[in-house]
Amino acid sequence: KPKKGKTKKVKRKVKHDEAPVQEMEQAEGEETEKKSESGPCFPPTFSVSEIKNKQRRHSMFLKLKEEKRKQKLELKKKKKKERKALGDKAPPKEVPKTIENQRIYDETTVNPEDEEVAFDEGTDEFSAYFNRLTNPKVLITTSDRPRGRTVRFCEQLATVIPHAHVYYRRGLALKRVIPQCVSRGFTYLMVINEDRKVPNGLVLCHLPDGPTAHFKVSNVRLRKEMKRRGKDPTEHVPEVILNNFTTRLGHSIGRMFAALFPHDPQFVGRQVATFHNQRDFIFFRFHRYIFKNEKKVGIQELGPRFTLKLRSLQKGTFDSKFGEYEWVHKRHEMDSSRRKFHL
Amino acid sequence: ICRLKVIWDLIGNKSFCSYKVKTKTQQFCRNEYNITGLCNRSSCPLANSQYATVREEKGLCYLYMKVIERAAFPARMWEKVKLDRNYAKALEQIDENLIYWPRFIRHKCKQRLTKITQYLIRIRKLTLKRQRKLVPLSRKVERREKRREEKALIAAQLENAIEKELLDRLKQGTYGDIYNFPIHAFDKAMEKQEEETESEEEEEEDEEESGTREFVAEDEFEESDLSDFEDMNNLKGSSDEEEDAEDQSSEEEETEEELEEEKTKAKSKGKTPLKGPIRKKRAYVEIEYEQETEPAQKSKAT
Repeated sequence: KPKKGKTKKVKRKVKHDEAPVQEMEQAEGEETEKKSESGPCFPPTFSVSEIKNKQRRHSMFLKLKEEKRKQKLELKKKKKKERKALGDKAPPKEVPKTIENQRIYDETTVNPEDEEVAFDEGTDEFSAYFNRLTNPKVLITTSDRPRGRTVRFCEQLATVIPHAHVYYRRGLALKRVIPQCVSRGFTYLMVINEDRKVPNGLVLCHLPDGPTAHFKVSNVRLRKEMKRRGKDPTEHVPEVILNNFTTRLGHSIGRMFAALFPHDPQFVGRQVATFHNQRDFIFFRFHRYIFKNEKKVGIQELGPRFTLKLRSLQKGTFDSKFGEYEWVHKRHEMDSSRRKFHL
Repeated sequence: ICRLKVIWDLIGNKSFCSYKVKTKTQQFCRNEYNITGLCNRSSCPLANSQYATVREEKGLCYLYMKVIERAAFPARMWEKVKLDRNYAKALEQIDENLIYWPRFIRHKCKQRLTKITQYLIRIRKLTLKRQRKLVPLSRKVERREKRREEKALIAAQLENAIEKELLDRLKQGTYGDIYNFPIHAFDKAMEKQEEETESEEEEEEDEEESGTREFVAEDEFEESDLSDFEDMNNLKGSSDEEEDAEDQSSEEEETEEELEEEKTKAKSKGKTPLKGPIRKKRAYVEIEYEQETEPAQKSKAT
């Protein structure tokens, strides 16, 4: 009863604003008709925000929402009925919109048969690796004075990536470290930056004049923090899975990750390292798999997991002042649209 | 001197001094000419007519002196003497300038000079090393990124994607002959194609199969072998039966012997339900069948 009173008051207010007597009568009539079916009906030019009283406005809004929900349900039911009635001839179900569906088409998306891309990849810095001329050898280090978590993360990374060596950074400048690495035959330099006792950045530098990628690292989970994990990874060379690297930039980053691991994975080890790109976040996982039969595979997570987000890609080796940046994440330009991704 | 006493009475204790900073345990003096930095009767530049300090500007140390003769000329009150860059020589200069001055002021000046040179050295060392660049984080951006990452993780469905990829690789044959399954997949694919397209081929196949079976007194062997293969059938499904039948036709004797020997092994090895993906599947019995039936199947296919 109090609700009725409210609605009636509202109607009167609206009447004062716009509706002549006729409309009110109609509205009342409609109301009485529809009372049995649904809540109060609203005259067409009525807007909830025009009510000044907060309580009444709130209750009106809730009623409006109820109305809408009911209409939606009715629509759904109707559609379902139609579908049943039509049976086989029914139109196919509509695909719901997802962010991946609605992604703005990036003109640098790589077409698998693109000749230009193939040519570029044949002659870029990773071509040496992909032509099996070099074997990867990775040097992992940190920023100054690493704390326990970062150190353990480095150690675990070294077990995951074959031929990886961890070295303690004793306040050395990277520019001086790089020529030494090159002379000792390293192909990759990985620097894990630490902030507040937690690793938060990764600089991945391909050594003989390779590109340098700077990532933001987040959600690092060490091995002991993982639930239901398996035993430690063995020395076998893992397989690599690279998912969703579609654009040119994504392609080059994907190749960068691929070149971290030796060419021929040892399938005996049944280990797989995955770099999965989703909406510009690269998720790294390390699993052990087993084929139960040809349609089912079981995977068990070992090894650390972390996510990366690319911040910048530089053409030469690490040089923060004079480097030539191929791609830099510019927040205001690139983060303005929620449907645009770059990798 | 009377004047100074009055000044100190006012500043130090009773009244207000704008340079004084009081904490719970101590009083500090913010006057830039103060030699020790504490608010004391002997350290106050306002309450002492004869006073000296060492200050540094842009990496150079200067000795400032105040004498009573210039007390009337505030603009010229402090005499500034540039000290040598060499620490030892600077000390000598202080001694020479402050000769006949009270011990306290001389001592404190030298102490101050020492401290200043030490921190200047440290500055020079640090600028040579790498500086840590502090990049400010925007809290709003960090929160947004975190949420987007969570949503992306959910949308990624990592386990499914990895499993799918692995199965695709298995189907494509990148694993070669390590696993048995490719054969069954091949079988199944072939079966499907044959069933769907033409029945004639099936009939032909049946004829061929029946032709090959004529060598053997089938029924007995089938039963015995099937009993051995019970577990295998459960796991692998219908395709096995065909294979088994073909196998039997081609290699009955060998299979019999092998089966009898490895009967128990077959049951225990790969056929018990796997506990977790760690247990390696050992499919020794099957490998032999693979090699022998492959060519037969292929010929049928073509």
